[in-house]
Amino acid sequence: MLKINDLKASIEDKEILKGINLDIKEGEVHAIMGPNGSGKSTLASVLAGREDYEVDGGDVDFDGEDLLEMSPEERAQKGLFLAFQYPVEIPGVSNTNFLRTAVNEVRKARGEEPYNAANFMKEMKEKMKIVSIDKSLMSRSLNEGFSGGEKKRNEIFHMAMLDPKLAILDETDSGLDIDALRIVANGVNTLRDGNRSFVVVTHYQRLLDYIVPDFVHVLYKGKIVKSGTKELALELEEKGYDWIIQEVEGNN
Amino acid sequence: MSTVIENAALKNSALEYIEETIEAVPELVEVRTSAAEGFAENNFPSIKDEEWKYTNVKQLVSSNYAFDVKEAAISSDDIKGYLIEGVETLVFVNGKYNAGLSNFNSSEKVYINTFAEALNSDKKELLLENFGKHADNNLPFVGLNTASTTEGVFIHAKRNAIKEESVMILNVVSQSNLVIQPRLLVIAEEGTQISYVERNAILNNAEGTLVNAVSEVTIGERANVNHIKIQDEDQSTQLVTVTEAKQADNSVYDNVTITTGGKLVRNNLNISLGEHCEGHMTGLYLLDEKSFVDNHTMVDHKMPNSYSNELYKGILSGKSKAIFNGKIFVREDAQKTNAFQSNKNILLSPDAVVDTKPQLEIWADDVSCSHGCTVGALDEEPMFYLRARGIPEDQARALLTYAFAGDVIEKIKNEAIRNVVQRMVANAMGYPLD
Ligand SMILES: Nc1ncnc2c1ncn2[C@@H]1O[C@H](COP(=O)(O)OP(=O)(O)O)[C@@H](O)[C@H]1O
Ligand SMILES: [Mg+2]
Repeated sequence: MLKINDLKASIEDKEILKGINLDIKEGEVHAIMGPNGSGKSTLASVLAGREDYEVDGGDVDFDGEDLLEMSPEERAQKGLFLAFQYPVEIPGVSNTNFLRTAVNEVRKARGEEPYNAANFMKEMKEKMKIVSIDKSLMSRSLNEGFSGGEKKRNEIFHMAMLDPKLAILDETDSGLDIDALRIVANGVNTLRDGNRSFVVVTHYQRLLDYIVPDFVHVLYKGKIVKSGTKELALELEEKGYDWIIQEVEGNN
Repeated sequence: MSTVIENAALKNSALEYIEETIEAVPELVEVRTSAAEGFAENNFPSIKDEEWKYTNVKQLVSSNYAFDVKEAAISSDDIKGYLIEGVETLVFVNGKYNAGLSNFNSSEKVYINTFAEALNSDKKELLLENFGKHADNNLPFVGLNTASTTEGVFIHAKRNAIKEESVMILNVVSQSNLVIQPRLLVIAEEGTQISYVERNAILNNAEGTLVNAVSEVTIGERANVNHIKIQDEDQSTQLVTVTEAKQADNSVYDNVTITTGGKLVRNNLNISLGEHCEGHMTGLYLLDEKSFVDNHTMVDHKMPNSYSNELYKGILSGKSKAIFNGKIFVREDAQKTNAFQSNKNILLSPDAVVDTKPQLEIWADDVSCSHGCTVGALDEEPMFYLRARGIPEDQARALLTYAFAGDVIEKIKNEAIRNVVQRMVANAMGYPLD
């Protein structure tokens, strides 16, 4: 599904990703953990096509195609989804109108018929249930004045509507209380159908109690320094990141 | 009355036209003659005039225009696209009133008619008492308009009259290089409520139109007046407008000006406020290619306890240029004034230019005034967010600029008019609504 090979990226001449390798197969859930500032969001942004970042080396294969050659919208249309760590507030653009435009663009690109108003509403209603998102958020401006939890739920709702092949969730758990966390995790688990792949970026192990990963990777200073199974996350929870940092620094 | 000035083709031909037509409406000879004398003496402004520093009318005033109207057969089909559902319409074709195309209701309470009709009725005195008395005939473009007036629209709302339907004055032009000089006189007595729209329609590929429009608006106590200008002419049209609104105590005046282009557009909007008044000035300019639009506004707080709110927004692409100059005067007596002004601009091209200048002159000490302006590109964060959800770049840009314009469009209270403007703006932005 997604094969990242020696990916290096920088911003404003500052090297941030220093050779990432990752192989994500259909239906797999990979967790990426690591201390703040290690490059997790940068990796997510580079994969989604944010132009502020300079790709300095490596390649990324997405379903047989060169991901790095595509515009952000092409990536989305081909089935890559990024749930933002900080969803952007956009006054004047209604959540519904935006989604309808986005969903229909993605459908068009996939050779599917765009939804008419009625079909779209029906689809919305169904997908809203997945994250029990409030109807009142639909007519409001995109993320404007949404609470932290509402924003994150809205991201997962967008994901459900856009039906991606691969979803990257960047700290979707941060700022959520335990109830909201459960709802968001349930939403993700509902969409975990054995075909769709996930990259779950998180700082804490907590989320992984609910979204159980197949693999766990630790990103530190722009490199994946350790990979394992879900037990690695538990170990990190117990011992913190220091022992890994020591292990890495000790090796240098 | 003919001082010949070099490079003033407009002035010379205008004086000739005025002389030829001065007898056309006997009741107006006096006021026209006096305005013509002033016009003959005053020069058109140059960029040396502070008020016209950024707007060079040299080419505008040295071009040749037709004042004579050729017969034009305009059918209702031709203007269909300009009509607005539920909005009554007075149609002028090449400056001449066209009864066949017009459709409006004048009543005892809210009188609406042409100057010609009004001068033939018991409205004559009222019209003559007010026409040319509010706008300053010493300003060359106003003087020219007053001196040239043979047609015009008079709206008179009698005490406590409320007219639900909006009225549109539609000026059709179907001949190239024509000058039209729409004139509007509005008297809204105390307690009245009226709403009207000014719009021009350039048909038959007519090019090089010059519109020189003047509106005088008198607003009585507790009256509520809505005034909308839709300026969606072609890229070769030049437009100079002067709107002079005087508000008595406790009144509300709400002006919305929407401009989607033009070779040179200069709007002058002046409002003076009594006590406990509300004055709203809202504008949107969406410019591309080489369009040039200059909005000069002035709000004069003469009395205490009034509120003025100004919001002008611009979206510029191509090599377009916009000027915004907003004056706020708060006189010594105007304590407890609340005056707000905001001018926000988005530049979609590196060659687009905005000059924005707030001018606050405050003589009272207990006031709350604020102003602010921004000029910049579209924010990158929202762009990336929309694109990362699959929306193509062009469409994302259109969506965001359309959203930017949203709060201006929302200020139009009449739903049918708002929808028309919404569509117009969306089209201009390349984001057609379905
Ligand atoms: N726009 C930026 N400009 C400069 N430095 C940045 C920018 N974005 C991120 N960085 C730096 O890149 C590093 C990685 O950041 P980030 O990817 O956000 O980490 P994480 O998501 O793991 O907390 C940090 O040192 C951060 O300061
Ligand atoms: Mg991060």
